[in-house]
Amino acid sequence: MSDLILPRRRLIARVGGLSLSLPLLSACDAINEAPPVRKILSLGEKMHFASQRALTDRDALAREFTRADISPVFRPNGTRLPAGKAYAAHAGRGFADWRVAVTGLVARPLSLSLADIRAMPQRSQITRHDCVEGWSAIGEWTGVPLRHVLAAAGLKDGARYIVFRCADRIGDADYYESCDLVDALHPQTILAWALNRRLLPIANGAPLRLRIERQLGYKHAKYLTGIEAVASLDGIGAGKGGYWEDRVDYEWYAGI
Amino acid sequence: MAETAHPSSSSPPPSASRRIYRHRLPTRLWHWINAVTLLVLLMSGLMIFNAHPRLYWGQEGANHDPAWLEIGATRETGFLRVGALRVETTGVLGRWTDRRGVQQTWAFPGWATIPTRYSLADGRRWHLTFAWLLAIALTLYMLWTVLGGHLAKDLHVRRGEWAPRHIWQDIRDHARLRFPTGEAAARYNILQKLSYIGVIFVALPLMIATGLAMSPGFNATAPWLVDLLGGRQSARSIHFIAAWLLVLFFLVHIVMVLLAGPVNELRSMVTGWFRLPPGKEGDA
Repeated sequence: MSDLILPRRRLIARVGGLSLSLPLLSACDAINEAPPVRKILSLGEKMHFASQRALTDRDALAREFTRADISPVFRPNGTRLPAGKAYAAHAGRGFADWRVAVTGLVARPLSLSLADIRAMPQRSQITRHDCVEGWSAIGEWTGVPLRHVLAAAGLKDGARYIVFRCADRIGDADYYESCDLVDALHPQTILAWALNRRLLPIANGAPLRLRIERQLGYKHAKYLTGIEAVASLDGIGAGKGGYWEDRVDYEWYAGI
Repeated sequence: MAETAHPSSSSPPPSASRRIYRHRLPTRLWHWINAVTLLVLLMSGLMIFNAHPRLYWGQEGANHDPAWLEIGATRETGFLRVGALRVETTGVLGRWTDRRGVQQTWAFPGWATIPTRYSLADGRRWHLTFAWLLAIALTLYMLWTVLGGHLAKDLHVRRGEWAPRHIWQDIRDHARLRFPTGEAAARYNILQKLSYIGVIFVALPLMIATGLAMSPGFNATAPWLVDLLGGRQSARSIHFIAAWLLVLFFLVHIVMVLLAGPVNELRSMVTGWFRLPPGKEGDA
């Protein structure tokens, strides 16, 4: 049991002494954990982000498909049912009182009901959802483009990132995500309330989730409760811009 | 697949142990950068595969869709399934014992992945960073190969070499482990040329293209690429198959180096200098 509280590297070193082939594997993992190596390994993401932003059309649309292409089953991932009485109560009332707060560096903070959101200009798109794990599913999403919401709130000059707050907790922390303004203002970035022309199922993020079509699945925050414009991601969560980014070091820029 | 190339321009008369400057610096540099890069890409790629050990054809594919390849586990065994063919792979694929003696059901075992314990995030960090190294080094090497004369001088397949009889003869020589000696060993043979051209101009570019075709950001910019490859899941499948073709190349490459004289071969890829294997008179 005491092994559980050992730092991972010491644990690996200790376990690694067990046979001849083991030190090599331990050395590999030690390299993987070394701070300078971590720094080098973050270069890939930075270069992909910089080159995509510099060389590709920032408004290029993700491929849209036809209804014939829609996956028979749209696999949910991550949280499938947020824990807690509050969410259950909302679900019981059909999310009639659900509110999404738009805060931070905006001229007019908003608190939007689902009715408010549906009264705004809507967009439907049949897109392919690519999970970081490797699988893909095609679905039709309907919702309000985020840029309309941000325009209504009035982004202030200093705003550089949009942070998405969620109602689901995984382990000891709330799920959250973030993106830059290029993706936030992209025409296909929507707050979706319908999947395949039905109200969003709970497993897929009811009542409202983000679609950020040019990035991987973990960026598409579900169970949205808040949208916050910020100047920097420092001080939010562990500062890496998202739940999985903070926890396991997933790329913040998931366009690759 | 590792024997030969250009003799030095001022050829001394053939002798039993004539040395030639066989690999120029860019070739040697690229070779060793590649050796490291491809190993890291393979092992981190297997880690990424472990996150979803199923392959599909077309645009989409997830757990509910039929997979043409799958590595999985039952209660007691591990298996690899390709189409209708199912092979038990307990101990290696699908179900194996880690170094702490704990049974794991990830597809590829810890000794084959980077890192050894399951971490999709770290696997991606290694993979996406080393992909840059592969792409930049390959681009530079391709330019040098074409513009620097390597292609014309060493890899260009001459008309006579295309003759089926010539190719068949070379296959038979390889199969009988009869390697060229003397001056004949100073040039690449047809199978070598085709292998090297295949790796530099087909397999590695295909790895990069199929890799990029899995990027949702790149897909928006270049939808034609993912269409050309038959969809994102097809690109993922081709990426996986091409990776194993490169492993196959590597295995044959190593066998050839060992058979052709590992010390001489290794030295030539480090210093550039290669000693022509002594041959009979008129062998060239």
